[in-house]
Amino acid sequence: MKKVFGRPKTLKPNPYHYCPGCGHSLLHRVVAEVIEEMGAEEIAIGVPPAGCAVLAYNYFDVDMGEAAHGRGAALATGLKRVLPDHLVFTYQGDGDIAAIGTAETVHAANRGEKITCIFVNNAVYGMTGGQMAPTTLLGQTTTTSPGGRVENRDGFPLNLSEMLAITRGSAYIERTSVTSPAGIRATKKAIRKAFEIQLQGLGFTLVEVLSPCPTNLKMSPLEACKWVDTEMVNFFPLGVIKDITASEEAQDAH
Amino acid sequence: MAEAAIRAGCRYYFGYPITPQNELPEYMSKRLPEVGGIFVQAESEIASINMVIGASMAGARVMTSSSSPGISLKQEGISYLGGLELPAVIVNMMRGGPGLGNIAPSQSDYFQATRGGGHGDYRTIVLAPASGQELCDLTYKAFDLADHYRNPVLILADGMMGQMMEPVRFPVLRDVERLPKKPWALTGAKGRKSHFIRSLILDPEQMEEHNWKLMRKYEQIADSEIRYESFKTDDADLVIVAFGTAARIAKAAVKRARGEGLKVGLFRPISLWPYPSKALRDLAKRVKHFFVFELNAGQMIEDVHLALGGEADVFFYGRPGGVVPNPAEISRIVSRQFFQKEIG
Amino acid sequence: MLIKTIFAGFGGQGVLSMGYVLAYAAMVEELQVTYLPAYGAEVRGGTANCTVAISNEEIASPIASAPDNVVVMNNPSLEKFQHQIVTGGVMFVNSNLVEQRPVRGDIILYEIPCNDLAHELGSDQSANMVMLGGFIEKTGLVKLDSIRSAIKDVFKEKKKAKEMNLKALDVGFDYMRKNGGKV
Repeated sequence: MKKVFGRPKTLKPNPYHYCPGCGHSLLHRVVAEVIEEMGAEEIAIGVPPAGCAVLAYNYFDVDMGEAAHGRGAALATGLKRVLPDHLVFTYQGDGDIAAIGTAETVHAANRGEKITCIFVNNAVYGMTGGQMAPTTLLGQTTTTSPGGRVENRDGFPLNLSEMLAITRGSAYIERTSVTSPAGIRATKKAIRKAFEIQLQGLGFTLVEVLSPCPTNLKMSPLEACKWVDTEMVNFFPLGVIKDITASEEAQDAH
Repeated sequence: MAEAAIRAGCRYYFGYPITPQNELPEYMSKRLPEVGGIFVQAESEIASINMVIGASMAGARVMTSSSSPGISLKQEGISYLGGLELPAVIVNMMRGGPGLGNIAPSQSDYFQATRGGGHGDYRTIVLAPASGQELCDLTYKAFDLADHYRNPVLILADGMMGQMMEPVRFPVLRDVERLPKKPWALTGAKGRKSHFIRSLILDPEQMEEHNWKLMRKYEQIADSEIRYESFKTDDADLVIVAFGTAARIAKAAVKRARGEGLKVGLFRPISLWPYPSKALRDLAKRVKHFFVFELNAGQMIEDVHLALGGEADVFFYGRPGGVVPNPAEISRIVSRQFFQKEIG
Repeated sequence: MLIKTIFAGFGGQGVLSMGYVLAYAAMVEELQVTYLPAYGAEVRGGTANCTVAISNEEIASPIASAPDNVVVMNNPSLEKFQHQIVTGGVMFVNSNLVEQRPVRGDIILYEIPCNDLAHELGSDQSANMVMLGGFIEKTGLVKLDSIRSAIKDVFKEKKKAKEMNLKALDVGFDYMRKNGGKV
């Protein structure tokens, strides 16, 4: 019998600790598959965050170095500067990358660090129990935005990816989701492209992945996916935000 | 100092400008590329210490430097370096504080330096140079200690050490390729199992074991890495205890006092953690009067009290805020002590 | 022997360079030396000074609360340092820019029109080295040749500045020798 589906070698055989319906499990698998398909197991180094994915090193079977909350991009900078031929990626949540780690991320992008940030946006602080995140939607209720996020009290949801696209050092930024098979395929394609651009040394790359958090949204997994697809995308539209290789191709075509 | 770091095999520097230590990153930015190294000016002290963590994880000899307010910002990363057991060299050219303070030489970060500084149960090796030559030699040594114990090492100097120039003889340039290998480093899982370096240990029993493991290492450091200088203590009736710039001034004061026929000596801790408590305690078997002189309002004096355990008199003189007294001022106070206490 | 000298003036007058070159020259002669710069928060136009301590023994403190020599390049520096000099100490004054004179009668004063001499040489920026030449002629703290080799090393990547500084050094040295400068 031919085995047509199995665990990528880049994932350890440990059961996930993530909640049912959480996007992390899917995304871990997607990242692991891309590393395996690229044959990059021996050069990949991951930087897990503080947050739900803090235990990511229990799952990824590649070298992993843990960062303090928000400091992934700075730590990855240190790694990559010493090991310029390696594939260095961070895996960060919205609170990690878009609140406490904003400065590190913006400046890593602006320096054009040849790293990839995988930014999991689920619009809440998951691990600490569902507090308001920088990406929490207007009107969205969390444990620290009772009655819904209000702009003149809580500010607006932060569009970090669009901000980073403005920096001259960023090469590729795309927003996808893991709420449907098509979304997962798009995510995988985007991560592969980001990794390839990193290895070509073209600049900073980031893939923002909209991900459901049914536990903190207090929804069923299906409802949570639907909420991402109908509500979140209004604030965080899917698609390629920046791709310097596309513009080069476009220029070549002219 | 920067040259000593490079000669010790440091090839990566990450920092953020702050007075009085800018000469160091400026030198690094020019010199590191000449030896195939990399200098990055980060967006903050927080970012720079985390870049240090990344480079250290990758197995490199790496350093950062700052001055008091900047070191406060780096404390997060220093705690992680301690927990992750990563080698790195951090320089603090202390200035007057608290808060923004000033840019004058001070020793007001003694507590912060010797008590860990950041959160959690950890220790940092702390070395306090008192001359240009020692600044150079201890920086060189710091990289070896950091690698040997997989522990951060802090060079604690002050604005005067940072700004002052003295002629020095440089140690030999190390061949980076021939430095001891670091099998634990993150270099990609090629021909071996994947590594992960972490300080998150959720299980309390496992965390406790990690803490005890660190403590065993610190005990080993405390046994092997004590450094101090004794100057004219053999026949002394009174011993000045001072480190860094204060010790330099105290040494001249000792010479003056000796000129007046007063039997005064100097005990200068070079390693502030581990503190040379035993040497001081041994001295107290004979010397009954100690005079602690610091460029702060009284911090190291606590370690002196701990070491002496009430076995001798301890007198304190401090000048905080960046004021640096001259040797005459110190020797005046020393002779006053003699007369008041009728020592000798 | 322990001789401490303070060089003081506006930032941009090259007072730190004077001290640096002197310290370097002392190093050339294998003396013990410390060089300690001090400046305000501003880079140009503020006050700047540096202290050079030269000795044949270990130097305890690089700070001079009672300097043996003070070199004064502007008015505020005169006010600031004239009362700190030891009795019998020496003050060098840039007579082009410093209008006042010290009120003390127990110190030795030398004047030198650094800016005029530098201007005649066609290099206004070299007033500091004119002063250093005069300073060395009077104090003999290090040999003139040691200062020369210090300048050659310190300015080795700036050929034009190096040549100008060497000339300015000689101009200051000769002026002091001929005119005495003593008031």
